[in-house]
Amino acid sequence: MGMTVVEKILARASGLKSVKAGDVVEPKVDLAMSHENGALVINQFLEIYKDTSVTPKIWDPSKIAIIFDHRVPAESSKTATNQKKIREFVAANRIGKFHDIRGDLGGICHQILPENGYVRPGAVVVGTDSHTTSHGALGAFAFGIGATEMASVWALGTVLNVEVPQTIKVVVTGTFPKFVGPKDLILHLIGRLSAQGANFKVIEFHGPTIRKMSTSGRLVICNMSVEAGATSGIVPADDETVRYLREEAGVTGKIALVAPDPDATYDQIVEIDVSKLAPQIACPHTVDNVKPIKDVKGTKVNQIVIGSCTNGRLDDLVVAAKILKGRKVAAGTRMLVFPASGRIYNQALAKGIIGDLMKAGAVVMNPGCGPCLGVHEGALGDGEVALSTTNRNFKGRMGNPTAGVYLCSPAVAAASALKGVITDPTKGVK
Amino acid sequence: MGKVVYTVGDDVSTDVIYPGRYMATVLPTETPQYAFADHAEFNAKLKSKQVPPGSVLVGGKNFGCGSSREQAVSTLKGYDLVIVARSFARIFLQNSINLGLRTVAAPDIDAKDGDELEIAEHEVINRTSGRSFRIEPLPPARRDIMEAGGLIAYTRARVLAGSGAR
Ligand code: SF4
Repeated sequence: MGMTVVEKILARASGLKSVKAGDVVEPKVDLAMSHENGALVINQFLEIYKDTSVTPKIWDPSKIAIIFDHRVPAESSKTATNQKKIREFVAANRIGKFHDIRGDLGGICHQILPENGYVRPGAVVVGTDSHTTSHGALGAFAFGIGATEMASVWALGTVLNVEVPQTIKVVVTGTFPKFVGPKDLILHLIGRLSAQGANFKVIEFHGPTIRKMSTSGRLVICNMSVEAGATSGIVPADDETVRYLREEAGVTGKIALVAPDPDATYDQIVEIDVSKLAPQIACPHTVDNVKPIKDVKGTKVNQIVIGSCTNGRLDDLVVAAKILKGRKVAAGTRMLVFPASGRIYNQALAKGIIGDLMKAGAVVMNPGCGPCLGVHEGALGDGEVALSTTNRNFKGRMGNPTAGVYLCSPAVAAASALKGVITDPTKGVK
Repeated sequence: MGKVVYTVGDDVSTDVIYPGRYMATVLPTETPQYAFADHAEFNAKLKSKQVPPGSVLVGGKNFGCGSSREQAVSTLKGYDLVIVARSFARIFLQNSINLGLRTVAAPDIDAKDGDELEIAEHEVINRTSGRSFRIEPLPPARRDIMEAGGLIAYTRARVLAGSGAR
């Protein structure tokens, strides 16, 4: 019987010829990522060895990545102290892939991993962050775990008792209309599947539209697969994956592609034609509360946010700048832009995009998670409304439980910034 | 037997259980104070020590969706609550097992505040309404960790076995 991509990856990583959904395996981990919550991982890691005569030892420090992104630069002395503790642990344990708070090498973990070539097709990637699903964009099996589970990975190098997930196959056809793209596709899919529709399952993306999609776009759809509950999203690696890894991530050496067998077994198959897809909006307070833009256009917006691990990449900023160049953000609306990494920030600077956005009235902030999770810059006032290219709109997400967050694509965010109300970029924006 | 101290609906996210703005607090000894911080009344009730260990929080479908933050589990574990929900989000369920927070998936559960629930092996019996509800068994892979007393103990045993130390 044929295997899905994830079944193949788990079989390889577990030293087995084949596995099928429901089997319990213990895969070897190729990359283990944490961010500021590494402080808790360290705590739990040391706990494993407490009252034993064994000296704590990380199985392979070269396979651990730690990236500071959630609260950078630190918003409080508590965070700064956590970051200090992690920094010291990183140095003492020679952790290989550490990205501190820097304007050149820093950024959001889910951008740092791909842009540095840390993720390869066929790899098993775990991260103490639910959006670790992003890295399926490069054909890896990547999923989020908790801090204690990560501590166990640091000790053993394997994830214990993983149940091989079932896979939903999503086949995407058609050409996106102008100003409609991967974000609209994934919002539409989440609306269709519901926030729990893919719980404990993997979403495998196929079809000509996916094959033509850039790695940047694939990162968007895999990133948000978790919002349908998925363990991971995955795009089987292809020529575009190789191009991205070679040209943008500077990977040399062999890249092995893993494809599903033609007779693989799927839990269900979902088909989507994007040719007539309208911009999609996730309305407060759940990500699956998705509506076509015509249902909510005209809604007043206090804060526009462009950025995050979902839509803070160069192509996102390019679209926004195209719409905003030579125009102005509406009075009464504030616009925050936070590029996903220092590298992207620098590329956008070189292209003049940062200048275009600032001249339009946007505040461009340092790379990092920024307002996305509501602990840091860009909190919302009571009863305010935000329109954001991030990935979550749960109550309280942007730091205020009385505020509402709408999720959208960068094109919708930019077009709406001009008017101060939710605006359809496909209607009348040049 | 445990009394239902709070009921919530579907898709209660980790942002609701443990808001992101408290994420700099990580230690299980410190997280309980922020449980359901934006549900001020319930948060105050928990902190007032009026909720005995073994009390039940009843959730809907997809309880614990969203972030992988383990604080969302340790904050509830701090009060030794039992979570009975229609279903759980994957990472939250795994974190609960790893940390020893008791979760019970009962797809049809129906209970309101103040009801007395008995959690038997295969069913939850609502002693107040007299109805009982089937429990979805835990996948075997997760049961092993639970029986070991959580993932720290489970991993410790593995480390000790591997190192030959005792
Ligand atoms: S940008 Fe938002 S969703 Fe992405 S890793 Fe940061 S906090 Fe999480």
